[in-house]
Parts: sequence; C-alpha cells; structure tokens
Amino acid sequence: MRPIHALAALPIASVLVGPLFLDRVTPFVLGRPFLLAWLSATLVMTSILMGLIYRADRRSQAETTPHPVPEKHA
Amino acid sequence: MNSALKIISGALALALILGVLARPGKGMSLEQWAVGGRGFSTAIVFLLTAGEVYTTFVFLGSSGYAYGHGGAAYYIIGYGSLSFVLSYWLLPPIWRFAKQHDLISQPDFFAAKYRSSGLGVLTAIVGIVALIPYLVLQLKGLGIVVSVASYSELSATQGVWIGAGVIAIYVVVSGVHGSAWTFVVKDVLVISVAVFLGLYLPIHYYGGIAPMFTTIEHMRPEFLALPAHGESPVWLVSTVLLSTLGFYMWPHIFMATYTAKHEDALRRNACVQPVYQLMLLFILFVGFAAVLQVPGLKGSEIDLALLKISLASFDPWFVGVIGAAGVLAALVPGSMILMTASTLLANNVYRIVRPGLSEAHIAASARLMAPCVMLVAIYFTLHGGQTIVSLLLMGYALVTQLFPVLAASLMRNNLVTRPAAFAAISVGVATVAFVSLTKSTIAGLFPFLPDALKDLNVGMVALVLNVLTLAVVTPLTRRPSAPPQAGSSRGNGYPGSWAVKSERYVVRYRRTRSPFRFSQRLPRTRRCARLCEPRACRRVHFSDLPVHHAGSGRAANW
Repeated sequence: MRPIHALAALPIASVLVGPLFLDRVTPFVLGRPFLLAWLSATLVMTSILMGLIYRADRRSQAETTPHPVPEKHA
Repeated sequence: MNSALKIISGALALALILGVLARPGKGMSLEQWAVGGRGFSTAIVFLLTAGEVYTTFVFLGSSGYAYGHGGAAYYIIGYGSLSFVLSYWLLPPIWRFAKQHDLISQPDFFAAKYRSSGLGVLTAIVGIVALIPYLVLQLKGLGIVVSVASYSELSATQGVWIGAGVIAIYVVVSGVHGSAWTFVVKDVLVISVAVFLGLYLPIHYYGGIAPMFTTIEHMRPEFLALPAHGESPVWLVSTVLLSTLGFYMWPHIFMATYTAKHEDALRRNACVQPVYQLMLLFILFVGFAAVLQVPGLKGSEIDLALLKISLASFDPWFVGVIGAAGVLAALVPGSMILMTASTLLANNVYRIVRPGLSEAHIAASARLMAPCVMLVAIYFTLHGGQTIVSLLLMGYALVTQLFPVLAASLMRNNLVTRPAAFAAISVGVATVAFVSLTKSTIAGLFPFLPDALKDLNVGMVALVLNVLTLAVVTPLTRRPSAPPQAGSSRGNGYPGSWAVKSERYVVRYRRTRSPFRFSQRLPRTRRCARLCEPRACRRVHFSDLPVHHAGSGRAANW
C-alpha cells in the first residue's frame, strides 16, 4: 500500500457513511432525488480516483523495473 | 405468431448460432472450456465481468425493485463502485496464484491455498448452492419475458423450458467461448434498450426525468427516500457492504478473472467499470416511470413492471425487441452460471469422490452435468414464488461466507488454520440457511439491540458469526511448533499437493536411473503438476519452472 492508495477511502466512506446522513429527496440534483444523485456521483468519482491510483502505480512500476515487461503494452 | 414473438425467437436462434460457432477447433481441454486458455484480452475480460452485472436481475429485477420499494433500490447503484474498488487489490493476487498453479475454478483456489481438497469440496458445494438461485432467477426472467412479450401466446413455463434448452445446448458445445461472443451482442442490445427506455418513458409520460421525480414526490411523498424503519439507511449500508464483499465471491465471476491474459487487465477493469455502472440508472428510471403509469403490481409481480409499461407504450414489434434484450440478458449470464456450476461439480466434487479419473473424463463429465444442473434449476423455477431481488440477495448472503477465509489466505502469513476455515464457512452457511428458511429478521433474533441496528441486513449476522468462528477456532487448532500448512500432502488431486508429490517422485528418480534432471515419463493415468492433458504431457513439471508446457497453455483461437 502506498500513500496514494488512501484515495480509495473516499468512495468507501461516501457509500458506507454518506447514506446514513443524506437520506433525503430534496434538493433535486439534475432532477434526481438527492441520495440517488449522491450515489451516482460516487460512481463517477470512483472511476476517476481508481484511474489516478492506476496511473501512479504504473509510473512507480516503470521506475523500479529497469526493463519493462513487454506484455504491459500489449 | 405475432411480430414480438418472431423477434424473440430470432434472438434465441442468434444466441444459439453464435454460441455454437464460437467453439474453438477440436479437442477442448477443461482449461479451454472453462477459462478460455487464460488468453482473453482486457476488452473481453471487461465484457465478461461487466456482462455479469447486466443480467435479468438488472433488467427486470432492479426496475421492479425501484417500482415496488422506491428508494431502497438505490443500493444497486451503491455497491457497483465499492466492489470495483475492492477488486483493484483483491483480484491481481488471486489471478497470479491461479496462473502459477493452473487453477480452473474457485474451489481449486481454496484447496490449493489451504492444501486441502476437502475444503475444495466444501467451497464447491457452497458455490453450487448459491449459483442455483442465481440460475433460477435468470430462468424466472426468461419465463416472464417470453410470456408477457408474446402477449400470452406462450406460457411462462414454456418460456422457461425453451430458454433452458438453448442455454444447456450451447454450454455443452462451446463452454466459455460461446459466452464471450454472445456477451458482446447481449451488452450492446441490453444497454441500448435500457438507455432508450430510461430516457423515452420519463419524457413521454412526464416531459423529462426531473418532472418525473417531482411528480412522484408530489403524489407519493417519501417513496423516493429510504423509510425510517425496515429498508432504512442502515439496511442500505449493510446490504451494500454484503454485496460488495460477495460480488467477487461468485464462483463464475471469480472464474471470469482467470480468463485474463495479464493482471493489468483486471486493474484497468477496476478503473472503467464504475462509470459503466451508470447505465443502471436508466433501468431505475424505467421502474420509477412505471410507478404512476401501471400501478397495482404486488408481491413477486413487481418484476413485471418494465414489461407492463412497455406493453402499454409500444407497438408489438418493439415489445419484441425489448423482449429479445430481456431474453439475452437471461440467457448469456445463465450460460456462465450453468458452466460454472457444472465445472464445480465435475472438477471439485466428482474428481475428489472418484480419484484417478483421466482429465478427458472429467472434462466430458463437466459437460454432461450441465443439463442435470439445469433440470434442478427448472424444478425450483417452476415451484417457487420469490422476487428476483430476494433470490439474488439470498445467493449473495451465501457466497459472502467465503470472503473471510479467502481474505485471510491472501495475507503474507495466513494465520487461519484448515479446521478454522471449515468451521467458519459451515457456521456462516448454516446461519444463512436458518435465517432464510425461518425468514428471521435482526429485530426478531436480537430484540435487545438499539433500534438503528435492527434494520441491518440479516446476512450480516452470518458474516459476524463466520468471523467470530475464525477468531475462536484458529488459536485452538494451531500447533505452535509446526508451520501451519506444511506436513503430509494428501495428494487427492490438488495442485499444491501434486507439487510436493512430484518433487518426491523426481528425487527418488534421480537417485535411481534418470539421465534427465527435471523430467520423467509418467504412467498414463497420472497427471503432472501443471495439470496438462495426459496425452500431451508425460513429464513431471515443477511449479518453479518458468516456461509453461505448450500442451496446456494453448492460445485462444476463437
């Protein structure tokens, strides 16, 4: 586990803690009930954060491995 | 025959033809049949795991759940993100271990990690028992789609039989290759139908998505929120947690990860999948649109919501297209489930019960068991009245019981002992069975708990008992002197024990007469440590040999 992996805690907290405090219909966000909008925003956020983690992992892997494995670019 | 029925039959025929054509050449080994020779690219792995999500459960189940339970259906949006976050760290080590040991199925993994074929049998049985409700759910969906979309020309029972027949045929013929191709067709059709319905119906009936939700909120206040009791926020959070832990414990999803060519495919998957889950929103919109338009569906009828509103809104030919999407959404995942269940039966139960069978015999019996498993599922489909989501939640509660033991086995020092693993899984599964049979709730079992905790998903009880058992039995059964998993290998047919066995074999051989250091011809029935086909490989392989034997790692040529 590297420090950047801590980003993954955000979606976890957003789904497992968020609903306990955000169980409400109003205000409507983009026309959707608030809790539904909250959970779907979490999906988008998860993809972005996991993408960041993946990129950081790839970069550090490339630095530590002198000869990159050819399969990686396949 | 009306136009809807024609289109549905066309979809069935297409699925069957694609599935059968995808058969890769002649002589498929179990590895080819079940995990596609471990040669699938990122795109196909993505489709296989993503396609697992877009089943009947989504198409009929979640729209029906939104229709019947309102805000509680949001849980479906919640667990998508979490299970993929978990997968980023969970799947690569599983994939690496499976590749090193040439594992085929999920129980193989448990058996190899804990060096116990008995644990393999136990996890195989848990897997099969959990897969049956999942298969029943797909068949149920098939029946509903066929009978409603054919305007009752065919009965649900006939629909179940026809669909089950198609699944069984192409699973027997093509295995996972058939599934991979039909997954592509299915995902395209199901997603375009879902997006279209999710946008068209709210606009048609309410003038847009925002007006739809305001109207529902006005007509039925609190329907769009979670109730204070029952399916409360605590229920939602605990259900999301259970579904997250259970998601990758499904034997067929576990096996789908083995098909990856490289572990990076799994990590990339974790980045892309959450956004893909947004498609679920459109299906929920359909369910919400139906609330005020086709009111009055009760009990297990809520699964009909999507089809009823389609009947009320479209011409027969388009109902046929929707029906075709529904049929494919049931057929394709159904085939994956059926294939997995029969692989588990043949590879992890039958092989252990009757040791010494050849690889070809096991592969053949896996195919023969597929129709038998299907018959069991048909029986339960025709004799049960649960809704799609409740069937799925029961299956999830069962497979989640494998998670603690699996998570422990991935630790660098696995503290959990073999008896503890047995005890924990058995206690968890027994609790799930008790709870589902008696239909208990947390409030009924533990009346002394504070109100907030009474709404916890009842599957949590089983998971907590499971972890407690692990914590209690492990120290009791631990021998302080000996390393936990060493000792005699029982050699019942699992890779871990073969490695030990074959090493012994070669040491003895080296002392006697071999001019070769690493290989020896094997008797016809004995299999090498790399699980090669007996005819292709007569050599003893070491797990530390870098190059895989060409005989079993054939590239996928589909």
